[in-house]
Amino acid sequence: MDRIILIGLNHKSAPIEIRECLAFDEPDTRAGLGMLRDDPAIDEAMIFSTCNRVEVLLSAHRPDAAIAAAKRFLSTTKQVPLAVFESSLYLHRGEAAVRHLFRVAASLDSMVLGEPQILGQVKGAYRLATEQKSAGVILNRLLHRTFFVAKRIRSETGIGDHAVSISYAAIELGRKIFGRLEGKQVLLIGAGEMAELAVDHLVRHRTGRVYVANRTFERGVALAAKYQGTPIRFEEIGAHLGKVDIIITSTGAPGYVIRQADVKGIMRHRRNRPLFFIDIAVPRDIDPLVNQVNNAYVYDIDDLQEVVDDNIEDRRREAVKADRIVDEAVVQFRRWYDSQGVVPTIKALNAKLREVAAAELQKTLGHLPHLSAEDQQAISRMSEAMVKKILHDPTRFLKGNGCHGDRAVYLEVARRLFKLDEQMEQRANQDPDRPTEPSEP
Amino acid sequence: MQTAFVAALLIYMLSAAAYCAYLFLQRNPLQQAGNLLLVTGFTAHTLAIGWAFAATGHFPAGNLHETLSVTAWSIAGAYLLLGLKFHLKILGAYVAPLTVFILLAAFQFPRTPTQPENLLQGVWLTTHIVTIFLGYAAFILAAGTGVLYLLQERNIKAKTRGFFFKRLPSLDMLDTTGYACIVFGFTMLTIGLITGMVYAKAVWGRFWAWDPKEAWSAVVWIFYAVLLHERLAVGWRGRRTAIMAIAGVGVLLFAFLGVNFLLKGHHGQFTQW
Repeated sequence: MDRIILIGLNHKSAPIEIRECLAFDEPDTRAGLGMLRDDPAIDEAMIFSTCNRVEVLLSAHRPDAAIAAAKRFLSTTKQVPLAVFESSLYLHRGEAAVRHLFRVAASLDSMVLGEPQILGQVKGAYRLATEQKSAGVILNRLLHRTFFVAKRIRSETGIGDHAVSISYAAIELGRKIFGRLEGKQVLLIGAGEMAELAVDHLVRHRTGRVYVANRTFERGVALAAKYQGTPIRFEEIGAHLGKVDIIITSTGAPGYVIRQADVKGIMRHRRNRPLFFIDIAVPRDIDPLVNQVNNAYVYDIDDLQEVVDDNIEDRRREAVKADRIVDEAVVQFRRWYDSQGVVPTIKALNAKLREVAAAELQKTLGHLPHLSAEDQQAISRMSEAMVKKILHDPTRFLKGNGCHGDRAVYLEVARRLFKLDEQMEQRANQDPDRPTEPSEP
Repeated sequence: MQTAFVAALLIYMLSAAAYCAYLFLQRNPLQQAGNLLLVTGFTAHTLAIGWAFAATGHFPAGNLHETLSVTAWSIAGAYLLLGLKFHLKILGAYVAPLTVFILLAAFQFPRTPTQPENLLQGVWLTTHIVTIFLGYAAFILAAGTGVLYLLQERNIKAKTRGFFFKRLPSLDMLDTTGYACIVFGFTMLTIGLITGMVYAKAVWGRFWAWDPKEAWSAVVWIFYAVLLHERLAVGWRGRRTAIMAIAGVGVLLFAFLGVNFLLKGHHGQFTQW
């Protein structure tokens, strides 16, 4: 399996300064794939570039030449001297490359463990490779397995469960209180990146009207426009506590903006509907005693950070399970890969033809009982000889150098023409790695 | 008949096991299996009760064994009925074991009805028994959601995201379901009391006799009437409703069993063994 090579760098091996120099956007990738495909040492190629990593996946019949070519390729296309980034590069061959790819797609290698975007990004990179015709038999199979493994990990482990960002953790808590956030009214007090991000998330969950209160009314007006919300004056906050459901505070005020008495007084008026305070400000804007009021819930920045830390811990635990699935998948891929070799293919081809001949022979002889034993033997010898003759040329072709670098392609064609994969799979005693691939582009 | 009862019990046990496994492992197929088993167990139980009904000509609530069995049946039934509208899967982990427990208790008492009295006949009476039982079952479910509510509320307030935090649904869901249980239970109880009064009028010639059972049933009715009124009028919800729903079961249990053991009245045979 040494012909599968993965070379690249990521957030762990290289600082942002290097990663940004080597990043490939879509046109870059298309052009790059063309160059790699045309390199005589390389059979198949895929380029995978995100803000956290740049990786080149290759299948090559001359691995060492291919590695050198890939390094040269990175250096020349990006016009960065190899010496600058060579020490940041990692190189995986064979099983290690397969494992690395599986782990990347399953988000086990990501900066935020379990983040969901990466699978889509791998799919995008593969789509480009198929469009540029730089992916062949091996990469096709490898990538389909990758998608399968990543999906399996997502559904069978909790790697993607629960929020790992402050603003998203707040949303999750909100759903534990309100069930559905649809139609819930939001009040944003103050401004700030994290608070606004939380409001963004809420709006995406189709919450109702957004009110924005700011010390400087003009600022509030501008912010409210962003969410098609309603700006209110700071003095009006008390009056609005009766109708809103979620309150996000992020002001620079030195003291509490909302006190226990404010909330206690309003609860009867709002018929005890729950009130959820998300206090992102330091110093805090919400009196912690508000949390003691029935049906009012207060989470400050530390509480949310704790939720996030716990969730990250959970994901780490799940990652162990995920790695087990990856190991299993690597073994299965190896089994498939080995079955793609010359010898297994020729063996399977042999077996298939012999089986056909033997079956037909038996059928024919069954109808000709009058033949003598010698006649029967003669016919049987003839059929064997035919099988041998027929197999002679294809065997030589597959074994010899007739197929140049594209042996994998010819092996694949041979297996497809004679439907050998089914046969080999039955023989491999119900190989669990059946081609139940999802139909990716 | 006995076979059907035992079969129902065994299937309920499997359902309880599946639900408990679901509680820990959080795998949806387990919950589906639990639900399917509960439906199957309930069907077997219904057949068994129907059979007893057909054999004796009166609704089988004539001794403590039968009463408890019908209680278990009502709880499972009320849960399945409410499950059509409210998808509170986790409550199954409370309902299925409770059903098993009550049915097991039922088997501790002699099964043969002591003396089938002529009293226990007629459509009024059957309606009376079934609605009262369903009503009480719904109140017991409401208490169950109340407990879950308090657990989840505690998790959120104290910011401890323990075992239940992930497994329990949202506060709103628990609150709404509990409310639905109480509305359903109250409706059933009201129908049950009215049919009981009609029956009493037919048999004894008066609607209301100030029998302890009657009085305590009225107390239960008033208790839940107040709870509903407060919710509609001033918006009692959440924690307070949950606590009241749990307290309500105390009153209910006394009216249901306590009265029979401690006081005397014309529902006496209902708990004899």
